[in-house]
This record gives sequence, C-alpha cells and structure tokens, in this order.
Amino acid sequence: MSADMPLLSVRHLSTDFISADGTVAHALEDVSFDAYPGQTLGLVGESGCGKTTTMISLMRLLPAAGRITSGEVLFDGVDLLSISERQMRKYRWKEMAMVFQSAMNALNPVRTVGDQIAEAILLHDLMDRAAADQRVIGLLDLVGIAKSRKDQYPHQYSGGMRQRAMIAMALACQPRLLFADEPTTALDVMIQAQILELLRDIQQTMGLAIILVTHDLGVVAEICDSVVVMYGGKVAEYGSIDVVYNSPQHPYTQRLLEAFPDLNRPADVLASIPGYPPRLNALPPGCRFEPRCHMRIDVCAKATPKLIDVTPLDGRPPTADSGQRSTIHVAACHLCTGPEVKA
Amino acid sequence: MTASRLDSSMLEVNDLRKYFPVRQSLVDAVRRIAPKPIKAVDGVSFSLARGEVLALVGESGCGKTTIAKTLIGLEEQTDGDIRFEGQTVGAHERRQRAALVPLEGSGPGTREQLVFPKIAMKRLRQQAQMIFQDPYESLNPRATIFDIVAEPLVVHGIAKPRQERVARVKSALEDAGLRPAEDYTLRFPHELSGGQRQRVVIAGAMVLQPELLIADEPVSMLDVSIRADILNLLRGLRDSRGISILFITHDLGTVAYFADRIAVMYLGRIVEIGATNDVLKNPQHPYTRALLSVVPVPNPRLRRERIILQGETPNPIDVPPGCRFHPRCPVAIEPCRQIDPLFAEVTQGHQAACLLVPQRAHS
Amino acid sequence: MSERRTLLKRNLLNFWRTFRRNRMGRIGAVLLFTVLILSIGAPLLTPYQPTDTIRDANGRGMTFASPSEHGPLGTDDAGRDVWTQLLYGARISLTIGFVAGFMAMVIGSLLGILAGYFGGWIDSLLMRTTDVFLVIPDLPLMLILVATLRQLNTGFSPTVVLIVVIGVLYWTSTARLIRSQVLSIKERQFVARARAIGAGHSHIIRKHIIPQVMPLMVANTVLIISSAILTESGLSFLGLGDPTQPSWGTMLNFAFARSAVSNGAWWFFLPPGLAIVWVTLGCVLLGNVLEEIFNPRLTSHHLEGEQHMIARPDSPPLAEGIEGGA
Repeated sequence: MSADMPLLSVRHLSTDFISADGTVAHALEDVSFDAYPGQTLGLVGESGCGKTTTMISLMRLLPAAGRITSGEVLFDGVDLLSISERQMRKYRWKEMAMVFQSAMNALNPVRTVGDQIAEAILLHDLMDRAAADQRVIGLLDLVGIAKSRKDQYPHQYSGGMRQRAMIAMALACQPRLLFADEPTTALDVMIQAQILELLRDIQQTMGLAIILVTHDLGVVAEICDSVVVMYGGKVAEYGSIDVVYNSPQHPYTQRLLEAFPDLNRPADVLASIPGYPPRLNALPPGCRFEPRCHMRIDVCAKATPKLIDVTPLDGRPPTADSGQRSTIHVAACHLCTGPEVKA
Repeated sequence: MTASRLDSSMLEVNDLRKYFPVRQSLVDAVRRIAPKPIKAVDGVSFSLARGEVLALVGESGCGKTTIAKTLIGLEEQTDGDIRFEGQTVGAHERRQRAALVPLEGSGPGTREQLVFPKIAMKRLRQQAQMIFQDPYESLNPRATIFDIVAEPLVVHGIAKPRQERVARVKSALEDAGLRPAEDYTLRFPHELSGGQRQRVVIAGAMVLQPELLIADEPVSMLDVSIRADILNLLRGLRDSRGISILFITHDLGTVAYFADRIAVMYLGRIVEIGATNDVLKNPQHPYTRALLSVVPVPNPRLRRERIILQGETPNPIDVPPGCRFHPRCPVAIEPCRQIDPLFAEVTQGHQAACLLVPQRAHS
Repeated sequence: MSERRTLLKRNLLNFWRTFRRNRMGRIGAVLLFTVLILSIGAPLLTPYQPTDTIRDANGRGMTFASPSEHGPLGTDDAGRDVWTQLLYGARISLTIGFVAGFMAMVIGSLLGILAGYFGGWIDSLLMRTTDVFLVIPDLPLMLILVATLRQLNTGFSPTVVLIVVIGVLYWTSTARLIRSQVLSIKERQFVARARAIGAGHSHIIRKHIIPQVMPLMVANTVLIISSAILTESGLSFLGLGDPTQPSWGTMLNFAFARSAVSNGAWWFFLPPGLAIVWVTLGCVLLGNVLEEIFNPRLTSHHLEGEQHMIARPDSPPLAEGIEGGA
C-alpha cells in the first residue's frame, strides 16, 4: 500500500445528540479529513468543539442519545458506517484501538494490569492463555514497563506507567490506527515527553496511523504531521502542520495560536477570544465562530462558510515517499479565496 | 519589574519544612523502627516583594501545593519560619495560641490540623488569600455567587451592615470582570462557565483586599482562549493594587508570560531561582534545562534537543542521598552522590543548587 | 430582600419542573396526598366515630356486616364501621410514622454529621454505638423496649411509647448514611477554600456541610417514615399499640384476634393491609424522585465537556457584557 493512500477517510460526517426532551444538538457537521499510515493527525479544539465526539463516532461508540446522521468513514476502502455492529466489532481493537484520557478510570482497579491486557488479546485472537501472556510481556516491554509488574494492580502503578499500560492494551491486537484521547493532559511535562516519544517510536516501528485528540497546540506541533482544527462541531481548518501553524487562514486558528503561550517568544499580551463556544442546540445561522470573530464581515452571520482549498500555489502533490507530507490546506471561512472543496 | 529582596519583603520564608507522618506498620512498631516521613517540603527559602509575581514551578509531588497550603494555614509547618511583613507567624507562637484538632483516626502518626483562634489568624487571612485550581470544585454548588463572594466578610465579621456588604461584593465581582454584578449575584456556580467561575473565585479572594494572593494553578483547568483573560486580570490586579502573587503551576509557558521571578522545585526543594528572563534564557540546573527542553511549544519548525529524563520523580519518602536529583541527572558527577548542594550564585538574584554551577555560570 | 424572594421563586419553579417530569414521583405524591386528605377530612367523610356501634333496624349490633349490607366497608366484630376506623386509623398511623421518622432523622443526621466532620474519638464512639444497635435485631429489641416501658407505668400513652421507641432505634442507618456523605464532602475543595478563608467549624458545618447533606436528609426522611409506618403497623399488630386509638396495625391485630379471617370478613383485614401498602408505596416513590431532584447535576463536570451540549433549554441566558481584558 503506498504511503499516499489514506488508511482512514472521513467524509461529511455528521452526528446529532438528542436530549430527553427532544431538542437536537448538532454535535458534528460535515467533518472530513484523512489519516495516513505512519503519520499522526491532530484533532484540536477547545471544550465542546466536537473532537471527542468525532473520535467516538468513528469507533461507533456513541451513547444512546447520539446518532450519526450522515457521512462516510472509509477504513481501507470499507465504509464503517454501513456495516453491521457485529462486523464493526472485528474492527474495534483489531484495526483501530483507543487510548483513553484518564487511565485510572479506564483500568479496572480489581484486576491486574497483565490480566486486562491479556483480556484484550483473548477477546480478539484465537490464542491460548499462555501465548497471550507471552504477548503481554512483549507489549509491556515495548512500552517500557518492567516484566515484573505484569501482575500488579493499577493502583500500584504511577500515572505515567498507567498511561503506558493503556497504550500497551491498545496495541494488544496490533491495530493499524490508534486514537489517543488527550493522552498526556493529566501528566507532568516530563512524563508527557516520555509518552510522546514512546508514541513516536511505536509509530515508526509499527507503521501506525495515529489520531491525537487534544487541546494542547504545543503537543500537536511536537508530534503531528497534519492537524484538524475544530470549532462548534465543524472543521475550521485542516492541513499539514507546517502550513496551518505558519500561515493559518481561519481567524479562530490565528487567535488560538496567539493565545497559546510560547516559552521561546513570550508575548507582551496573550490574545484571548471573547465570548463563549456556541450552544450546539441553539446554533447561530451563519458561521459558528462569527459572534467571536475579530474579522467578521456581513455575510458571516448569514451564510455558513464552505470549505475552501487554500493550498499554497506552489504546493507539490503528495508523493509516495513516506517522508513527504501532504500539503493540503483547507479552511472554512468567507474571507478565504480559492476553489471550494467538493468531495 | 524586579524588586530588591531585602527591605520591602511582603513575605519571607526560611527553611520551611513540611513532613507528613506515615502510620507505623505493626512490624515496624514491634521492631521499634521509626517510620520515615513523607518529606513534602524539605527546606525551602524564598522571599516575595511587594507587587511581585513569583512563580513556583515544578511537577507533581515537588511540594509546591503543600507550600501554598502551609502559607495559608491549611497545613501546619513542621519546621521553619514564615514572616508576613516582617512579623513572624512562627510555629511555636502559633502552637501556644492554637488548638490541635486531629483530622483522621487517632494515635501515632495522625495528621493534625492546626486550628487558629480567629484573633491570631485574622491579620494573616486578610493579608493572604488563596485561589484554588479547580473552578468547578472550589465553589459550593448550593451557594449563590453572592454568598460565595461574601463569605470572607461573613467569616471575619467585616462589613456587617447589609448595604455595605452588598457594595463590597459587587465591587469585587466587577473588579474581577463580571459586569454587571447584578447579573451574577443570584446565580449558582453550575450556571456559569469555567472562566466565569474562576473570576468568582478571584472576586472572593479580593473582597478582603489582601496584599498577597496565592494562586494554585489558577488557569490549568480552563480553555486556552480563556486563560489569557484570567492571567491578564491577575496581572491587572498586581499593576493597579500592588498585590504580590505567588503563582503555582507546572505550566512553564504561562510562567514566561506572567512572572517576575521563577523558582523551580524538585522533590521538596527549590533547585533554581531567579528573574524569569535569567532562568529561562540561561538555566543552570540540569533539571531546569531538561524541563525547558521538553515543554511543548506551538512551533513545528523548532528543532531542539530534548532532554527527556528517564523514570519518574522518586517518592518523597525516599529522598536520594546527596543531591536529590542525581539519580536522574544527565550530567551527574561522583560528588553529587554525597554532597547536597547549596545555592550557588549565577548572577545577581539568580541562584541554582548544583555542584556544577560555578564552573559554567555563563555557558 | 426581594433578591431572596426571586431566588426562592426560581428554586421552587425548578423543583416543580423536574418533579412534573417524573411520573413515578407524581404517582407517589398522589398516593400520599390522598391519604393525607382522607385522614384530615375524616369527620367530613363519615358520620360515625370509630367506636360507634352500627345497629340495624331492630337495634341489634351488626357484627361482621359485609359491605353490601353496610357500606362502604362493612363492620367489624363489634359492629363498628370499618371505613371510619380506616380513616381515623390513618391519623394514628401517619402521625406515629411522621413523628417517629422525623425524630430518627434528626438524631441520625446530627450524630452522622458530628461523627463525619470531627472524626477521631467522636466518630469511633458513635460508630461503635451504631454497631451495637445494628447488631441487635430490630423487632425483638423494640418489643422488649415497648413492653418494658409500659410495665414501668410511666404514664405515657402507648402511642407515645411507640413513637419514642421507633424514633430512638431508627437513627442508626441514617447516621451511617449521613456520616459517609459528610466524609466525602469534607474533602471537597470548596470546604478547603472556606477553611483557607478562616471559617471555623460551626460556619463550615452550617453553610457548607448541611446544605450538601440536606437533600440526602430529605429523601431519606421520606423513606424512614415509610419504614416507621411499617414498623408501627408491625408492633401494633403484635398488640403493642393503643387499643383505644387504633391504627391500621391495630385493626389488623383485632381482625386476626377476633377471627375475621375464619368468618370470611375480608373487608376487615384487607383494607388496612392495603392501606399500609398504599402509603408505603407512596413514600418510596416520592422518596426516589426527591433523591433524583436533589441530587446534583450540580456536581462537578470537568472542562465543560461534550455533555454541555445537552444544555437545559430553560436556563436563563448568561450576560453578554464580559470583559475581554483586565
């Protein structure tokens, strides 16, 4: 498989949440992006922007009140939204796995870590317990946990180790795609660096595609190849990391970058964005960012902006070379000029 | 805005120690082995001038939150000296005038909390107020915003006439950026966003017009776009009223923006302290250097050498001998294992506790 | 002052709205309300007194008259109207239940708060006492206590004795419940904030601990009341109630003692039994919904997560004029 074929292709994904009294919240609308093997995609945004919802929609793990209303999720050509739940289970963990945010909550406190990892293996692969245990030891080694800790309980692990254990569990069935939901948010900066380095190493060894959900723009800059900036349930900007960070086209992205403190270039004034993220059950008619936008024009309040292709004109098409990144760059803003993105 | 440490000291801390006793196991009791305490704060000294912002930076377990709690009186120091405006609020004095109330269980090794009679602590409370980290947890969900902000007035019996109280609460809310105050006074915390709640916390801290604010991770739980607002608010309070702020955080990025001086902590001690610019541009302690090298910055083009330390911060029960950082230090030399380094001066006001400092003060 | 009134109105409105949505709760409330009305309005609903003998046309007492002969519920073995007894008995049962339940709740909450907040020897003492009470089986203990107290001829009416015994013995479960709640509240950050401000114990207990446990107390009270009513019925059924002030339990006692069963007089023993079930059911349903109402949605949810998108449609809009800078 050539490196320029996306492993995961999300097209026009829309998800609604229906509350007890019937009100509909449009959690996601028209979300599209691609994830490539061996590359990391960052899903960035603040609280309520829909990044976590996107992730659970892709795994089809929405709660009872959630409904995917349209779109396609092509995993290696197969539309995951059109297959049955039973078939979907074959994908979960075997093809795509997830590292949760709060490891302490995701790990069962009354079972040993080794047991829990083995459980993931045994549920999917036809393997006996002894072989599974061997694999567990291998996985723990891969993530840097001593073999002797296999039979310990989660509370005997430190925070960083628990996160590593979660990663080991996610890799148990050798998936091709890994979702990481704020994997380092609760960790100290040094442990965070260790975990990020671990993820990078694993990605290189296993050719994993990683989708990293986070609000931390610094982490995204460290480890991601491309980034999707989300706001109010829609994609505000999407592109390779270089172009989005160095020439952001969407006002939200611009402001967000200015609001993020940079150790090396301490600003005189940190930018902030006035107002609040929109209520998803009471959305403004036009652009969702318009009420808070410092560059809004008349049309912004009336019409939803389409996704515009703002790829730099000298951009080369993605090549088969695994080192090259896609230079796609799209943004959803009325102020952008360029051809509309169709597919 | 650097200020001289000597005369206009708002707060002076000398060799502060806070050890948490550990319950003796039966076996150890029989063998008469004294249990090792948790040395959360193990000899910390610093001073804070009027109108200065000092950041206490470090990872979890370094003792920074314990220092905050000790300063505000939620914990009692095991040893050391704390002075507010030159007046010692020392341990022995407080013990004479205070009552000890056991917090959990009974018997040897229990945690005790010193409860100060209002008279002794009154001045302290008015001088120093604390802002907590979690805007969702630090407000009583069943109290109105008015009650929350008025609480310090109620507790200290200040502004008893209702009119006066209302006026002070309103002005505190408006100073914290919640205008008009009437829109907020009757609401409950769950009706406000995280940023608004944190402003309520700040208003509650400001209503007594303190001279020192201890802010424990005030923006860590807020969205990035709102953090700047809160930081700007705090900075504004410092500029307009000359409040000193002790800013406790693990986020070096915000420190660069906001603090006059930085103190880097590791395992209960300050390992480096100095003006923000000095410490960030010319870090001397290997731990500081490692930390600075791994802080994520939003710049994908930046390629720098990351010093990723192996392992994790050791448990404060088992502080390594000699320099406490030496097991993880990438440049440790033999003497580091035996000698616990004192502060060495790098430049005026910039010190680091590392044996290697004098040799490379200007690398 | 008007602000307080607005606040109160808003609270009541919110309460009413949530309450309205919960069908089980409404049913429970209706059940209880009916019984309350019937018991209060007893004199209006029946011309007789519980002790009146119903006589037929010839002046003979109508014993075990069926409902078809004398409505609506016939008579008992001594010719007294069952419907009347049911209505007046409601008063007794409910009074004992409410008062005893309330007593138990107050004692239990007080002790639970003290034990939970102060810890230390207070906690140990109270918990060990609770353990003693928990270990001894309820009913035999109450039997002994009631019997002893009556023997002592203290001059208290048997009703009062019942109330006291039930009230004094039911506090244990409440105390345990409240204590564990207090233990967790004590550790929350807003309590630490209050301590940091300099608040003393009494302030913290009054302003922070009690408001947080109040919902639990209220919900628990309703359930305790239903237990108290059941217990009272049981004790009265065993003959420990006041025969001159018959409660439903006492009616059952009479029914069984005076061979209503063998006489097939179902109208004598079925109604009181059903009435007890009716009230207990009402209490339980109501208690559950109260717990639901008072249980915070107000507890913390971090980082304004996706849950926020199911925002309450009726919450008032936030003000627009928020400053962007200092």
